Amino acid sequence: MATKTVSKPAKKKTTVKKSNGVAKPEFSKEQYLKWYEDMLVMRKIEEKAGQLYIQQKFGGFCHLYIGQEAVVAGTMSACEPGDKHITAYRDHAHPIGLGIHPKYMMAELYGKTTGMSKGKGGSMHMFHKDVNLMGGHGIVGAQIPMGAGIAFAEKYNETGNVCFCSFGDGAARQGALHETFNMAMMWSLPVVFIIENNNYAMGTSIARTTNVEDLADIGKSYHMKSETVDGMSVEAVHHAIADAAEYCRKGKGPVLLNIETYRYKGHSMSDPQKYRTKEEVEQYKAVDPIQQVLNTIKENKFATDAAVKKIQDKAKGIVEESVKFAEESPLPNREELYEDVYKQEDYPFVREYK
Amino acid sequence: MKTVQFREALREAMSEEMRSDERVFLMGEEVAEYNGAYKVSQGMLDEFGPKRIIDTPIAELGFAGIGVGAAMNGLRPIVEFMTWNFAILAADQIINSAAKMLQMSGGQYGCPIVFRGGNGTAGQLAATHSQSFEAFYAHVPGLKVITPSNPYDAKGLLKAAIRDEDPVVFLESEKMYGDKGEIPENEYIVPIGIADIKRSGSDVTIVSFGKIIKEAYKAAEELSKDGIECEIIDLRTIRPIDYNTVVESVKKTNRCVVLEESWPIASISSEIAYHVQRYAFDHLDAPVQRITQSDTPFAFSPPLIEEASPNAARLIQAVKEVAYA
Ligand SMILES: Cc1ncc(C[n+]2csc(CCOP(=O)(O)OP(=O)(O)O)c2C)c(N)n1
Ligand SMILES: [Mg+2]
Repeated sequence: MATKTVSKPAKKKTTVKKSNGVAKPEFSKEQYLKWYEDMLVMRKIEEKAGQLYIQQKFGGFCHLYIGQEAVVAGTMSACEPGDKHITAYRDHAHPIGLGIHPKYMMAELYGKTTGMSKGKGGSMHMFHKDVNLMGGHGIVGAQIPMGAGIAFAEKYNETGNVCFCSFGDGAARQGALHETFNMAMMWSLPVVFIIENNNYAMGTSIARTTNVEDLADIGKSYHMKSETVDGMSVEAVHHAIADAAEYCRKGKGPVLLNIETYRYKGHSMSDPQKYRTKEEVEQYKAVDPIQQVLNTIKENKFATDAAVKKIQDKAKGIVEESVKFAEESPLPNREELYEDVYKQEDYPFVREYK
Repeated sequence: MKTVQFREALREAMSEEMRSDERVFLMGEEVAEYNGAYKVSQGMLDEFGPKRIIDTPIAELGFAGIGVGAAMNGLRPIVEFMTWNFAILAADQIINSAAKMLQMSGGQYGCPIVFRGGNGTAGQLAATHSQSFEAFYAHVPGLKVITPSNPYDAKGLLKAAIRDEDPVVFLESEKMYGDKGEIPENEYIVPIGIADIKRSGSDVTIVSFGKIIKEAYKAAEELSKDGIECEIIDLRTIRPIDYNTVVESVKKTNRCVVLEESWPIASISSEIAYHVQRYAFDHLDAPVQRITQSDTPFAFSPPLIEEASPNAARLIQAVKEVAYA
């Protein structure tokens, strides 16, 4: 039996970037400024969350989105208000991209009643019904069938809405993905499967878990429209998402987007990162998605330095406000434990003590 | 009243709910064109069409998860498992997703879904096809668990389950689908969470549920000839358990035997026994006893099945012991 004993180096990025500014900007000034602000808020809030975690301001796991911001920003700029979103536990940036003030995410990290899930879900379980964010899911790959089911309901009700279902490259190894891809194709479900492909599942690279290293091939094996996308470019993500969504809305069925991105930080807060080199990390930082947008803004004079500074200050202010809000919010009353387990109001819990 | 088979009672429940609520649909292996592996959904494809009666591939985890997502997003799925043995493959979506969605989302997303199918032993099907999952799912907060024992309860409880806002595990039996029983002509509901006294008696309380309760009926007839009158409580709902009906009965009879189809450890019988000793201790004239399946996987050959299975004879013996008869 042939087994792979030597770990292959991480894949090479195709992204050699156009930060020399010759390219004409594809989107409006407003769009670039919005992307810049949103991604900067995501970055800054995550940096802060990391610091607060180290200071033990809150417990649990904490998986940061730093480096991957363009995936969420490009998805959210290309979707429609009725669309649904479901993702994995690396979910702090998704609500921000959907326009939810990060103070509610921060309060959730703190386990406060004002948190997005009332302090009951924590870092891995961010939900917000107002913007159709249907989690935040901690079981790797569980949201893949759920995402198809969400799309099933949209199709059933003939809404024309799409479900964006995100998961990691590691989740692409789950059996649930294969069962779901098969059914999503059979039933032409309007779901865009987004692989937030950062090349690692914790410490395990793609090459160490599969022979099918081009993850778009997984979709193709089900005859699913599948594409690999440069996830360091928010424009590329936006285009891919918009095209995929249009395809879904026409009733043509699901799409798989293998969005190649990178996380600069460890998998979670306790990751010595022995599985990759500093050089590799630097290679991606050189094509940082936020810097790319800022370059475009500057080269096209979409904003003066002062205006950029203003956005940066605003982001800083949002972060400070979020931490303040989280710290000042109340912790739940213990009796809250018995709420939101059942919809039934008078569910008779077995209670031996009070 | 009219006489129907258990499977017809289930079908009536689903069809009535589908007629009155567009959001309800049925999915599972062989439910549509094949008319159901056990003919529960016979004719439903003809009435409701392929949009609402959906054949799935053999992919329990996948279609259970699709059901959960659909339920989160406003539909009311009925997910049929050919049997609950196969739903083990879907346990992640039932236990990790459906049961926890409402809490994890801080009350924002519920999961009104019914998972149903055959449960328990069904003849010589050997170990993988002969398991009962009441205790398994009753263990999980967030779920409701129902095990009807006759067509009347089956229809009324399944309608209640489909209307319920919480995820429900509904445990049937291949061996019961052909059972006949009377049900009203008109629509009715049996509320979740309420036990039913199937036989009144003053001497010993027998607590049971699901198809094995028939052994209790047999035992009670025999025991009656010896002057021992059993009160038989059919739990019907396993989560939440109607402890009160059990405790009140034991306060009257002062004796309790639990009859359960599944294994002994961490079972519903251990749960009932705990509750009775805790809340009716002073009323007990004898230790609570139980008759369960053997503490082994369920084997193929007939003598091994006989050895494994709880039955009326064993129950009679236990009742006599607690009655000191
Ligand atoms: C079913 C399951 N198995 C294992 C884990 C533990 N676990 C959490 S994250 C993770 C790695 C997943 O990697 P990937 O899908 O690539 O997502 P990323 O963290 O890179 O965003 C593992 C193994 C889990 N949460 N769920
Ligand atoms: Mg990954």
